[in-house]
Amino acid sequence: MSAAWEVVIGLEIHTQLATNSKIFSGASTAYGAPPNTQACLVDLGYPGVLPVLNEEVVRMACKFGLAVNATVARRSVFARKNYFYPDLPKGYQISQYELPIVEHGELHIKDADGNDKRIGITRAHLEEDAGKSIHEGLDQSSGIDLNRAGTPLLEIVSEPDLSSAKEAIAYMRKIHTIVRYLGISDGNMAEGSFRCDANVSVRPRGQKELGTRSELKNLNSFRFIEKAINFEIERQIELIENGGKVVQETRLYDSDKDETRSMRVKEEANDYRYFPDPDLLPVEIDESYIDKVRDTLPELPDAKQQRFIDEYGLKNDDASILTMNLALADYFEEAAAASDAKAQVVANWVIGDLSGALNRGGVEVESSRVSAEALAGLLNRIHDNTINVPSAKKVFAEMWSGSKVISVPTGDLKLAGQIIKDLKIEQITDTSAIEAVVDAVIAANPPQVAEYQSGKDKLIGFFVGQVMKETDGKANPGQVNAILKKKLVL
Amino acid sequence: MSDDLHTLTLTQIAAGLEAGDFSAVELTTSLLGRIDSFNEPLNAFITVTAEQALAAASQADEARAAGNAGALNGLPLVHKDIFCTKGVLTTCGSHMLDNFMSPYDATIVERIKQAGAVMLGKTNMDEFAMGSSNETSFFGPVRNPWNLDCSPGGSSGGSAAVVAARLAPAGTGTDTGGSIRQPAALTGTVGLKPTYGRVSRYGMIAFASSLDQAGVITRSAADAALLLGVMAGFDERDSTCIDHPVPDYVAGLSGSLKGLRVGIVRQHFDEGLDEQTGNAVKESLAVLESQGAILTEVDLPNIDLSVPTYYVVAPAECSSNLSRFDGVRFGHRANDPKDLFDLYCRSRGEGFGEEVKRRIMTGTYVLSAGYYDAYYLKAQQVRHLIADDFKKAFANVDVIAGPTAPTPAFKLGDKTDDPITMYLNDIYTIGANLAGLPGISTPCGLVDGLPVGLHLVGPHWGEEAVLRCAHQYQQQTDWHQTCPEGYE
Repeated sequence: MSAAWEVVIGLEIHTQLATNSKIFSGASTAYGAPPNTQACLVDLGYPGVLPVLNEEVVRMACKFGLAVNATVARRSVFARKNYFYPDLPKGYQISQYELPIVEHGELHIKDADGNDKRIGITRAHLEEDAGKSIHEGLDQSSGIDLNRAGTPLLEIVSEPDLSSAKEAIAYMRKIHTIVRYLGISDGNMAEGSFRCDANVSVRPRGQKELGTRSELKNLNSFRFIEKAINFEIERQIELIENGGKVVQETRLYDSDKDETRSMRVKEEANDYRYFPDPDLLPVEIDESYIDKVRDTLPELPDAKQQRFIDEYGLKNDDASILTMNLALADYFEEAAAASDAKAQVVANWVIGDLSGALNRGGVEVESSRVSAEALAGLLNRIHDNTINVPSAKKVFAEMWSGSKVISVPTGDLKLAGQIIKDLKIEQITDTSAIEAVVDAVIAANPPQVAEYQSGKDKLIGFFVGQVMKETDGKANPGQVNAILKKKLVL
Repeated sequence: MSDDLHTLTLTQIAAGLEAGDFSAVELTTSLLGRIDSFNEPLNAFITVTAEQALAAASQADEARAAGNAGALNGLPLVHKDIFCTKGVLTTCGSHMLDNFMSPYDATIVERIKQAGAVMLGKTNMDEFAMGSSNETSFFGPVRNPWNLDCSPGGSSGGSAAVVAARLAPAGTGTDTGGSIRQPAALTGTVGLKPTYGRVSRYGMIAFASSLDQAGVITRSAADAALLLGVMAGFDERDSTCIDHPVPDYVAGLSGSLKGLRVGIVRQHFDEGLDEQTGNAVKESLAVLESQGAILTEVDLPNIDLSVPTYYVVAPAECSSNLSRFDGVRFGHRANDPKDLFDLYCRSRGEGFGEEVKRRIMTGTYVLSAGYYDAYYLKAQQVRHLIADDFKKAFANVDVIAGPTAPTPAFKLGDKTDDPITMYLNDIYTIGANLAGLPGISTPCGLVDGLPVGLHLVGPHWGEEAVLRCAHQYQQQTDWHQTCPEGYE
């Protein structure tokens, strides 16, 4: 991207609230049921039915508002957004318009230079989701599945404070982390529980007025969002640089072609004829309610990150990675508490080997095959010199694959010990035993010995490797190193 | 068994059933026979549910024999076809729903059923309750038993005609701008619209949600009190239904009117009011005075704005409420739609009548970007002023009295070409809807052989006051017992 251009991005994130029942009816919100089996008469918009607010959504929205340092409205109002579409049963969507439940929030991300950047949250409002139109597999007709109709959503609207796709992703990840910390959304993007529209515009650096924006829809993975925004930025700059003009429009991102294309221009935009829904009373919240909700707030990601730095002495980046996922942070804390190893060592294993295994296996940390306690037990065996790090990796792999898992009645903490015994990989720390192997290696490699002695220090690695090989990787690497250096001296 | 069971009021029937003078089955059979003989010229019913009625009556008789009689055990009534009734056609007077079998019962239908009442059928009405003459019904106009050339009023004209013609002692209705009280006035029956939030709207097909309220049409205030006691009360399925204690309305009927402060609104006796109708109402006020009530003039400075305010708010809400009738899930669907747009346009174009379309268009207009502030928002502000006026007035009076409608029943076809004149028929009743207040119309005279009504409005939760006032008035007069010729 040219340095002559400045990018302005605002995001609208729709996050599905993790309630058991819908926002205005008692029907279940569970995902994946056969079409139209989780839509009651209220969701179907039958004549005479009325919406009744699920109070749980108010509590959840309030929680979010407090977590992003926003104003929680003492009075908010549901409004009708009127438009016709087959998957919108009532011919209007119940949303909040002039008086949303959350306003004036903020959160902080790191910009490209690693500096702290404040991103404003204009508002967050409650609304119901629509159903789904189904076109695939139907000849000359469309199907409608209203299971999703009436599912509660919190729409979180940012200020146009984001200056790059990277910042947009950082902001979105932060929101994603927060809603999951709060337990108000499962954040499952594949199931559409967390999705986003992006308003993107560009302007010559230094220009005050905003450029004309386009709205990107259908962004349902972090990767696509970044790609779509970057494509759109390039498209707009190229357009303007070639003498063209950006038109205000809605564009759809096509992940197959990695491009955005026009869906509708502003002139075709609907007049939604918003007005307060006369079927619902204004939502009134008092101070004591907000205080009660505040008392239920968990430690939030930023605070936890700082605590991990202060309490465990972790590196900033590691603290950030660990706290991005509450379950991972909990895992780390549990392992650190059970382990004698330094917290940073625990962090390295959680971020490295454990996360790697989770990713490869496509497993959430909550269902990790290596428990935090088992990992702690393993790290304890490194710490007390029972095994070295390479052996520990073998033990970890055994733990993960579970092929040699014997029942360990005394708990996961002892699991590492069992596997070490089983694999017979206790570390060799007996100096005379190591010396014997070192002597043999030196004797077997006269040319390398000569080279080393003529000043090629780097060859020490070769000797260490040979000794480790001879000991099946069990020798204590520190001791091997020290003995080699002593014996290789001319 | 006597053959004059149709002359009995609900209260009398309850006593007769309890005394064993007749059974619910005998009564139901008798009324169904009467409906069979009289409905055809009146066109008061859309559906007669004879089979279900006899089954319900038989159940009621069994329940009574077993000592399990409910509050309305064996009492016959009709429901306006705006209330959803499970397994029974629920049309709302529209071609749009002329094939709609409701899968559920409205809350009031359920409560009345549980109390043991027997539904005889579903009554004709203005399409989606939009009208004051019952002429907008897809099923044709209802005729007034007092004069078959006249309208019974609307929109609850079917229930009013049924009760006036003694085809059933009671009927439910809904009142958005006067749709219970005006037809009651025009048919010589008693019509009660409760406080907004007193009765659940769940299962009542919405016209204008912030104004709609279910009520009853009966032949006496006592019968209205009996039914209201069963219908009223909190319903968790309606967020606008208020959890307010339900008093014993029947017990509340007794007590003299001595010292009752009755407010008279000067504007309600201005031009626009038919002189003879005005005289009849003034005579009824004199009766109240003779019973000890104190008449005082009250000022409702913004009441003249109630009709224009109503005709912004009600169409706005209806334009949105009626969006669900799109031909997709239920109701009328156009044949062979070319595409989605065609499906919408023709389903709605064919399914809705002229008046409904007029209001949808008006409502869409007043909610549109650029017009919202000038119309909808302004109307809501005026609505608050009108409600405030009533509040101030009720600081000094217990009820407000006046005419229910400006004229007696008018000829069918007389006003159909002029919507504004038609709308003015509700000029005295609309204020109570805008302010959410209870109102009752009770017969107070005949003008050229046609009944006219006295309208009593109470403060919020003032059902007891207006019922008692109407009941005590009915103890001194017999206008409510006057029967149209041929239906004795």
